[in-house]
This record gives sequence, C-alpha cells and structure tokens, in this order.
Amino acid sequence: MVEPFVLWRRLVGAQIRSQLQYRASFVLDLAGSFLISFVDFLAVLVIFHNVPRLGEWSVEEVAFLYALSSISFAVTDLAIGHLDQFPQKIRDGNFDILLVRPRGSLYQVIASDFQLRRLGKAAQGLLVLGYALAALHVDWDPGRVAMLVVMIPAGVVLFSSVWVIGACLSFWTTDGGEFTNAFTYGGAFMAQYPIDIYGTWLRRFLCYIVPLGFVCYFPALYILDKRDPLGLPRFLEFSSPFVALLAALVAGTIWRGAVRHYRSAGG
Amino acid sequence: MIDVEHLSKSFVVRRGKLRRQRHVVDAVADLSFRVERGELLGYLGPNGAGKSTTIKMLTGILVPSSGRVTVAGLDPSRRRIELARRIGAMFGQRVQLWWDLPLIDSFELLRHIYKVPADRYQASLARFREVLDLDPFLHTPVRQLSLGQRIRGELTASLLHEPELLFLDEPTIGLDVVAKQRVRDFLVEINRERGVTVLLTTHDLGDIERLCDRLLVIDHGRLIWDGRIPDLKERYGADRMLIVDLERPAPPLEIEGATVERVDGPRQWLRFRGPAAELTARVAASARLVDLQIAEPDIEEIVRRIYSNPAI
Amino acid sequence: MRLDWEIAKRGWRRYAAYPWATAAGVFTNTVFGFLQAYILLALFEHRSDVGGYDAADTVTYVWLAQALIMTVYIFGWQELALRIRDGSIATDLSRPLDPQRYWLAFDLGRAPYHFVFRGLLPFLVGGLVFELHYPTPLDLAAFIASVTLAVVVSLGFRFLYNSSAFWLLDIRGVMTVAITVNLFLSGMVMPISFFPDWLRTVAHALPFAAILQTPVDVWLGKHDGWGLAGVLALQVFWAFLLLGLGRLTLRAGTRRLEVQGG
Repeated sequence: MVEPFVLWRRLVGAQIRSQLQYRASFVLDLAGSFLISFVDFLAVLVIFHNVPRLGEWSVEEVAFLYALSSISFAVTDLAIGHLDQFPQKIRDGNFDILLVRPRGSLYQVIASDFQLRRLGKAAQGLLVLGYALAALHVDWDPGRVAMLVVMIPAGVVLFSSVWVIGACLSFWTTDGGEFTNAFTYGGAFMAQYPIDIYGTWLRRFLCYIVPLGFVCYFPALYILDKRDPLGLPRFLEFSSPFVALLAALVAGTIWRGAVRHYRSAGG
Repeated sequence: MIDVEHLSKSFVVRRGKLRRQRHVVDAVADLSFRVERGELLGYLGPNGAGKSTTIKMLTGILVPSSGRVTVAGLDPSRRRIELARRIGAMFGQRVQLWWDLPLIDSFELLRHIYKVPADRYQASLARFREVLDLDPFLHTPVRQLSLGQRIRGELTASLLHEPELLFLDEPTIGLDVVAKQRVRDFLVEINRERGVTVLLTTHDLGDIERLCDRLLVIDHGRLIWDGRIPDLKERYGADRMLIVDLERPAPPLEIEGATVERVDGPRQWLRFRGPAAELTARVAASARLVDLQIAEPDIEEIVRRIYSNPAI
Repeated sequence: MRLDWEIAKRGWRRYAAYPWATAAGVFTNTVFGFLQAYILLALFEHRSDVGGYDAADTVTYVWLAQALIMTVYIFGWQELALRIRDGSIATDLSRPLDPQRYWLAFDLGRAPYHFVFRGLLPFLVGGLVFELHYPTPLDLAAFIASVTLAVVVSLGFRFLYNSSAFWLLDIRGVMTVAITVNLFLSGMVMPISFFPDWLRTVAHALPFAAILQTPVDVWLGKHDGWGLAGVLALQVFWAFLLLGLGRLTLRAGTRRLEVQGG
C-alpha cells in the first residue's frame, strides 16, 4: 500500500533533481510562474476597483475563493501538469515503454514528471489566501477548519480527474491535446469566481457534468456562511470529498478503457 | 518459452481527408511458431512486414485480433504486469533511460520499479559493469552519452531484473564496428552462459550471421521462413558467383552451366551452381582471362531470394 | 514582393496543417469567452457604464479578445529563439533574405489564417448568445487596418524578446515576463478602460495596448475622426519603433555570433 507511494516519491524525486540542475533557469521559471499567476489576481482587483460587490460577494470573499482554487489547481499542476505533453509521448511511441514495465500505466505516467516550477503559482495562491483570511471575519469552528483542510486535496483530486480524462483523448487523436485545455485551464479560471454569476446552463454543467463547481464554491459557502443565491440544497456544501472520489473513479475507468482501446487499435 | 498459434492482427486504417474510408490492414496474418528456452532467435523482415506488431503482441502492448499467444506460460495481453517482471525489452530507437540523470540513477529507479532485492541488484550490476565496461560513464547523464555507451546502458537496464526472455529491437543500429562486436559478444554470453532466451529483431545481417541459431523471416504479415541458418544457406544459397576479369571488354560470355548476371567493362559476373573447377576451365577456354574470383552468396542476397520465393 | 508572398503562404500553411489543433483551440476560446463574458457582465448588475463601456461593449470586447488572441499571438512565441539556440540562425543570416522581413512576412501569412479559422467561429457563437456591438462600415475598415497593424506591433515585440536568445541560453524567464506584461497591458485579461486611472495612463503609454485594446476600441467605435486616425498612427509608430529596435538587436546579436565563431 505504501510502496507505490514510496516509488512515486523516488521517481518524482529524480525528476526534481534533474530540474534543479539548471539552478538559474529554475529560479527564473519559479519567479515567472509566480508573476504570471498574479495577473489573474490583478484581474480580480481590477473588477473590484469598479464595483463593490460581484453578485453577493465582496472582494475578500472572492479573494478567498480565488486563492483556494488557485492553490488546488497549482498543486494539481505540480503533480499532473505534465499530462499536457502526453499527446507527444504517444506520438513518440514512448507510452509503449511503460507497458513493458510491471506497473500500472496511469501510475507510471503520473510518476513520470513533476513540475516544480509551478510552485510559484501555489505560492501566489497562499499569499492571496493569507490576505483573504486576514480580511475576512470567519466564524471558525472545528467543522469549518476541517472543511478548509479537506477542500484543497478534494480540489486537487477533482482537477486531476478532469486532467486525466482529458489526457485520455490522446489515445484516440493526437491533435486534440488543446481540447482538454478548455477543461483544465478553463476549469481553473472558472473556479476562481463564484459560480452563481455564470448563466444557468453553465452552472448546471459545472455542477453536475464537469463538477468543478465543487472545488471551491460549495465548501466556501459553508466556511463563509453564505447561502447560494440560486437556492441549491445545503448538503452540497459537504459533498466535495465524495464528488472528488467519484470523479477519480470515473477518471480511472475512462483511462482503463482508453488504454484498452489503444492496445487493440494499434499502438 | 514462446508459443504462437495462428496469431493475427488487423488494424482499421482510415484513408482520405474528409470522408475517411475504412480500410482493414492485416499487419500479421496466421503466424505460428515456437521458441524454446535458451534459443537466440533472429526476426527479420522488410519494413512494414509486421515485426514490431508481432513483438508488441508478445510483450503485451497489443491485443491480438485472433489466435493464441503464450509467453513464459502467460497470456501477454491479459497478464501484462506479471509477464513484465519476467521479460526485458530494448527498443533500439527509443530511450527507456532517464535522459537528464546519471546512468546509475536510471538503474536505481528501474531496480525499484522491478522490485529487485538489493543484493541481487548489486551482483547483477557488478557483472554488467565489468562485462560492458560501464564504469567510465556510470555517473554521466544519459543525454551526454555516445550512442554506443547509451546502448550498453540500455542493455543493462533491460537485464537488471534478470528476465528469462529478452526482446531486442534493432540493438546495433547506428553503432560502429567495434561497438557492434561488443554488443554481439555480450548477447552471446548472456544467452550461452546465463540461458536468457533472446529474440532479436534486426536489419543487420551481420548480427544474424554471427548471433542467431535460428531465423524467422516475415513478409507482408506472414512467416516465410522458420529454420536454422545452415538450412537457409543450403536451400537458397546454392548459387555462387564467378567473377572474371577478361583481357578486354567483351559481350556476355556464353558458358554452359552459368548465366551472366552483370557486365562492367572487362569484368563479368557469372552465376553458377555446383563445383567451380569445371566451370572455371570452360571459361578459361572461351576467353582470355586476367583474373578471377569466387563469391559466396551473402545473407543479404539470400534474404532477397526468400522474399521473392517464400518457403512457407 | 513575390518572395514575401511565398513566405506569407508558408506562414498560413504551417498552421493550416493542423486542423484538429485549430478546432480544439476554437473550442477553448469559446469556453473562455463564455466564462469571461459572465464574469464581466456581473459588473453591470448595478452599473450601466464601466470605464466608458456599456454591457454590450464589454461582451463584445470579450468575444473580440478571444477572436484576436491567436491572431495577434498574445501567448509565447519562440520560433526565432529556437533557431538562434540551435544555430540555424547562422544559415538564415548568410542568406540574402533579412530575418526580420522573413518573420514579418511569415506572420502576416499566419495571422489571416488564425483570424478566419480560429477567430471567426467563437465570435459568431458569442454573437448568437449575447447582444454584441457591431461597427459602422468605416469602423470596420479601420478595424481591419488596426488588426493588421496590431499583428505587426506584436511581431515586433516577439522578435525583440526572441532576440534575447543571442545572449541567454534559456529564454524561458524572459518569455514569461514578456507574456505576462503583454497579457495584462494589452487588455487581454481586463479591458484597459476598466483599469484605475493611473494604470490606464501607463498602459496607453506602452506599445502593448496597440496589440489588442486599440483594435477592440476601433471596432467599438470609441474613436472617430481625428481620434481614429490618431490611434492608427500610434500603432504605426509602435510598429516602427519595435521593428527598429529589433533591427538593432539583430545586428548586435549577429556581431556577437561572429565574434564567438558561432
């Protein structure tokens, strides 16, 4: 049970070591990813320069939402972001090499890289979170603290599931890699803002079909003691871990099916 | 070790830009052969003949369309992970090592991936270091290795977990003569001394000549030869070439028992069968010779003959 | 002239060769368009004017931005840098064709492809769902001119930061800063009109606004008469300036190569 995790750490550690070899380049990358992710927060600030509230949300509340989605996404990007290069891996025939090794294919793909430079974005998220928590007056209780703690891993699992499902597309067509960007990066962008500002059909899509609404919005409602203005049931606020698990199961199943297709349709 | 019965694999290929027409390609059709433990087998065929498709089915990468395949007692496509522990694979043109890291790091990682016990790993590694002379570049990042060094590293990597069966896809491609010899010697050693069954896919006929006991030849998805190399030479290699240098250029000689294959100025190539002495006498009688030589058919020529005249 | 046309065709074909990638991009742009449209529309819940834009203007801005994002190539471009890094630039420089002219012609062939095949569809989808502002014939003509100039300004900028490869081994850091600055100050993330006054002034004093905000404002009819001529002239100015700086860096970089024997 532990061994796969230990192996993951070893494999990822190897990648990290090789990335750190180019010390200067790495530091620049880190600073760069920090900067570029701040642009998204600048957008939030520009919005609130013009209006006092976005829907029912104040700037601190949106900052809170933004920070949590940013952190969840950044952590996912760290561990799974290299799936963006998966179409190339398939094109080069390097996926086959993984099939000759005595480990699961998804495990090997995930353990094949780690984008340490994305830490910049996570750092940015933490800073904004710090600001938000300081500026907000949250009625902290054990439940709320637990929710805050659980939110991020649940968010990571949700984003990862979407990313993995997106990567599966490469087994059918190697040109559609950008297609999944709409869901991964689009999902991150979308989760930064309260989903009640999106139109009805988009909201429904984001809650039930690609459930990225669960990443931050519902848990945030609970922590900030807000009500969903469109009146969705309250139990949704606690459902993010379960939705995350469900998403992971779906992603795993789709991956298995995709690999099965790859193995019969010809590598 | 390997048992293949009526193995077939067909792909659906879509041609055309807009209205993609379905077109079924039989990459491998009705292949049957057995490989016993300890054999060193060559697998030969033109590009697109179905070699890599066969290997992919033997290693569990591809699922067959029909037929049965058993490798080390297992069905590769169903028990891929179990089989993976017992086989090693090296694809000459693809790198399985970690590009930016020292070679030794790749070995360490593979050791953990294959769960090789520490003492067995150390023993194996020590042997490979000695036989393949890895020490000079053991700590060099893979991207800085020469091709020969990288190939030696890859061979080690594919054998660290002591597999019973080794699949090699063009292992000597691009290597210089010295490096090729080294790899060949190494393969002979692991086969003869360690009993590793080796299936070698190659275009290099030197590899085949020097390494393989037995040869499988595939063309258009079908097996056109399965047998030992001496038998191959006997069946297809009977014709030899008498190369004569005449005093001056002449029209093709007409000699009984031989056909002129080629004329280049004063030199003529005569194909013949059987003892050379008589023929030589006849040639000497009908033309003024300056020099002559006899050429045995090389394996390339033989293989060409197989393609045009399949045995199976 | 004939040569430029051939190069431009090559630019077009390079991107036309991957229709599925373009289709995927269209999808992404459409999704982002919807998200951003809703986010910005939320600003108009209690206001009817933000920074001189009304709701229709704002939504039009969103869909224009998505339509133009690839046309003016806001994101990272490093073709020149890669050629400098692997040394092929030496071959390019030995030819009688000026590299800057080559890339300009190439980009002017590429941009129409992206405009038509990547830009039009998201905009049409946006137009179906939202109420957009459509330009007068004069504004439309000016818009086309403005977009063309924007492409040139963008190429000038990209050429500049790619030239840093003459001096730096890895331009990823430079590229990230360049993209970030461009992204924000061109008005891609938020319309410049929404910026606080001081930031708006800064943005208008820089060339990045000419890459996206200017064409958008022209479409929206925010300029007329001499004002319109003025912004187009400003784009021309930036184009010349950036291309000029590019020539200087190219010369300096070439000299450096020669000294190094590269």
